[in-house]
Amino acid sequence: MTREEIESREDESMMDAPQINKPKPEEFFNVNYLRIYYGNLFPYSDIHKWLSYGHDGKHPGCDEYYFGRREFSFTLENDVYLRYKSFKNASSMEDAIRSHFPYKIDIGAVYSVDPDKRHAYSQTGSNVFTPVERELVFDIDITDYDDVRYCCSGADVCSKCWPLMTVAIKVIHTSLTEDFGFKHILWVFSGRRGVHCWVCDPKARRMTNEQRSAVAEYFRVYKGNENNARKVALMGYSLHPFLARSYVDYLKGFFEGELQATQSIFSTKDKYEKILAMISDEDIQSELRGKWENSARSSLSEEAISLVRWEQLKNTLQSKKHKAPTLRMCVEEIVFTFTYPRIDLEVSKQMNHLLKAPFCVHPKTGRVCVPIDPNNCDEFDPLAVPTLSQLIEEINSGGSRMDVDDDSDDSDTSLLGKSVKFFRSSFLEPLLKSCKEEIESSYKTKIGKSKDSLSW
Amino acid sequence: MEVIRSQKRTPSNDTVSNPKIPLYLTAPQMEVRLEEFELFAVDRLRVLKGVSDGLARGRNPKEMDDLVDTLWKEHMRDPDASLMFNKDIISHFVLRLVYCRSDELKKWFLSMETALFRHRFRLQNFEAQRAIVGEFGLPYKAVTGAELEGLKERLGQVVRSLGQISPTGNNPIISFSHLVIRTCTFSYGKFLVLFFAVEAVYYKVPFEEVPDLVASRRVLIQKGYAFVAGSQLVSLVVTQFRSHISKALILTNRKWTTTIREREKDRLTPIVEALSTSYLGPDYSQSTEYAEISLKDIDQVAKSSFPLCMRHLFEKVREDHHLKHGGRMQLGLFLKGVGLKLDDALAFWRAEFTKKVGSERFDKEYAYSIRHNYGKEGKRTDYTPYACQKIILSAPGAGDHHGCPYRHFSEDNLRAALGRMGLSSRGMEGVMDQVRNKHYQLACTMTFEAVYGTSCDAGINHPNQYFEESQKILKSKTPPAPV
Repeated sequence: MTREEIESREDESMMDAPQINKPKPEEFFNVNYLRIYYGNLFPYSDIHKWLSYGHDGKHPGCDEYYFGRREFSFTLENDVYLRYKSFKNASSMEDAIRSHFPYKIDIGAVYSVDPDKRHAYSQTGSNVFTPVERELVFDIDITDYDDVRYCCSGADVCSKCWPLMTVAIKVIHTSLTEDFGFKHILWVFSGRRGVHCWVCDPKARRMTNEQRSAVAEYFRVYKGNENNARKVALMGYSLHPFLARSYVDYLKGFFEGELQATQSIFSTKDKYEKILAMISDEDIQSELRGKWENSARSSLSEEAISLVRWEQLKNTLQSKKHKAPTLRMCVEEIVFTFTYPRIDLEVSKQMNHLLKAPFCVHPKTGRVCVPIDPNNCDEFDPLAVPTLSQLIEEINSGGSRMDVDDDSDDSDTSLLGKSVKFFRSSFLEPLLKSCKEEIESSYKTKIGKSKDSLSW
Repeated sequence: MEVIRSQKRTPSNDTVSNPKIPLYLTAPQMEVRLEEFELFAVDRLRVLKGVSDGLARGRNPKEMDDLVDTLWKEHMRDPDASLMFNKDIISHFVLRLVYCRSDELKKWFLSMETALFRHRFRLQNFEAQRAIVGEFGLPYKAVTGAELEGLKERLGQVVRSLGQISPTGNNPIISFSHLVIRTCTFSYGKFLVLFFAVEAVYYKVPFEEVPDLVASRRVLIQKGYAFVAGSQLVSLVVTQFRSHISKALILTNRKWTTTIREREKDRLTPIVEALSTSYLGPDYSQSTEYAEISLKDIDQVAKSSFPLCMRHLFEKVREDHHLKHGGRMQLGLFLKGVGLKLDDALAFWRAEFTKKVGSERFDKEYAYSIRHNYGKEGKRTDYTPYACQKIILSAPGAGDHHGCPYRHFSEDNLRAALGRMGLSSRGMEGVMDQVRNKHYQLACTMTFEAVYGTSCDAGINHPNQYFEESQKILKSKTPPAPV
């Protein structure tokens, strides 16, 4: 492991002077911008409040060391990676960030002992340094959909394929709240081409790896790679209620509407062959192929052709679905293949997996990892998310003075202020309220128990 | 538990109203003869080893039920029911002492005892099962009346969604056939019409208690609660059982290291220490004399001796100059087991990956984890190559090439790959037959037999085993090089 490099602190007074040169268009991410961002804009106290989960030392039932047992990691310029960082409180976290200006900050688990001091305990043999709490997290990346999106591939994302993320949020969020009963869920833009989800209920934070794995598998439908053609296999005589609800409420409409319009998944031979390969009956494949090859030179638009062919496919399968068990839900399988969320299972399964912190800046795009409102995710546009250079421009032009720590500032209309306000009001406040209640009640129980033990 | 030397046997007093499967919740208060201490443990170990073997061969749950039944009758039976019960308990607690002493031993014991418990439980009738659930003192109530009415439709959906063997391994058909028995079936022309009845009894349980049912979507979940059918009780109790044994092993270890080991150093300790060494199959973490392969041989050896899963990964590395994490782990650890030294391994991966990502990125992103696999970084565990069981259960996703080809490849791709290994179309049919019946390891064994023209009675249950056996055969066929 590389050793920490302690950078010399910049003179604080340089931060305030807005004498920054106008940023060139191609330079959207660099250390200077980071200095300004982490000097003025990053919401330290909100992040600290969140990760303290109510243990602010004000109540006798608080664990004042709770925040200090959380692991953070920094990725610095030149890919220097520092793990097992921990901070006593908000100001030491702020000091560390403002002395390193990390390109990326990751949040890990809360451990049994201060990560900084983990070596002191490893002598005893039995593993005392172990994760005790960690949010249930999900990571959805649009590159995992490359086989079903035709507008972009790889790191690119556009308004045509981003809706895949929107649908994913809706499906997963509904399940987390309706099926699993979770209440404190934070969705965050990953900065470039995906979304992260942080489930922060106490029950979620205490889940074991096995339980996390179970939830991840519950969400898993797509089981594919280039070695098999039928990547979604829905067996049985009906869909599980979770899948049925997702299909009826979100996936079917999205597939037949927006997806067809933007991706035209039947319009060329390459595209429709991919879909035909999902039908496990050669005769049906040939029948449809024949129809479509004949209509290749139609005068309809790409979108109209796609819709017509989809209807043909549905009708054919409807009449023939009793031919084999694998055809029973072929239509649904195709819809699921194109639209159902594809989460990165490994991220969710282990407590010690680190995940990027909200309000970081993505080094490749310069965009801030802002929260997304799951109840309004149709409105979210990844290409309109504030970038570092925009934020700095805003400061330069003397825009609203951004005091992100000022809770009472309701008139903060700055680019980042809106996101911070949303974070506070929709997520942080309800969360802290419920945490305080929990600390209060478990404290009362503890007191009650010890009182009982004293009684004769 | 008192261990005595005398021939006298004091009758135990806790066999009266117990269910047939003990839960091993507390150490038994009985006297055990020294001879029985070891004998009982050895017999139980034979059962556990048989279970381990069965799992490694990819036996489905019904086959495992039968296997456990057979093993138990063979090794643990006694005409006197109370003596049989005592042997059950005593042997379990002795083995706890044996297997609490390291993480690897604990993990094995926990897996096998849990599997044993699971299948013994499944063999019981419903009333006996409910009695065992009661023994655990679980607070879960049955859902009845109006609440059940409100859920009926969705519970029915769950039941219907399970009405087919899922391709992912854990065969849910047992729960389906249970329901068939309870429902009406009749033939109508060519069609068998099945009425799917929602069972009469469901338990409302926090979803955390039944992770395997959640993972395979075999239960309805609502507001954090899973609705577990009576026929699915096994999941519930197995989770409880495993959790209890896991905690108990930690306590036992503490007691062992602080008092028992020293106190018993002339009597029980030597027995305990001897019992654990011979029953875990080779883990291939230390390569044997056959397998020190060097970088220059690796292409040739991959073609001649690698099992299909590793050949595929190897070919993909050569082709794409990249592998995702699952593939790197599976192949990397296999190569370690095969005898590839760390420096050669680094050279191999570097030669391929730098064609795609450049040498700087390789050093930054990949070299560390290769060294990590060899136990040279981090907590310095020397990781063991994956056995078939683990590989079969893995879940390759988009862009992955790991896993077991017999399970994860489509039929066409598998046939093509087997063809490239030199199988004739006749040989292939036998293999594809095994695949259709989900006997993936038997399929691999048949492939082995077809490729090398010899039989492999032990059956393949580890890729490194395949490699070693293959090398043995090839070396015995080629004459030694002239000096």
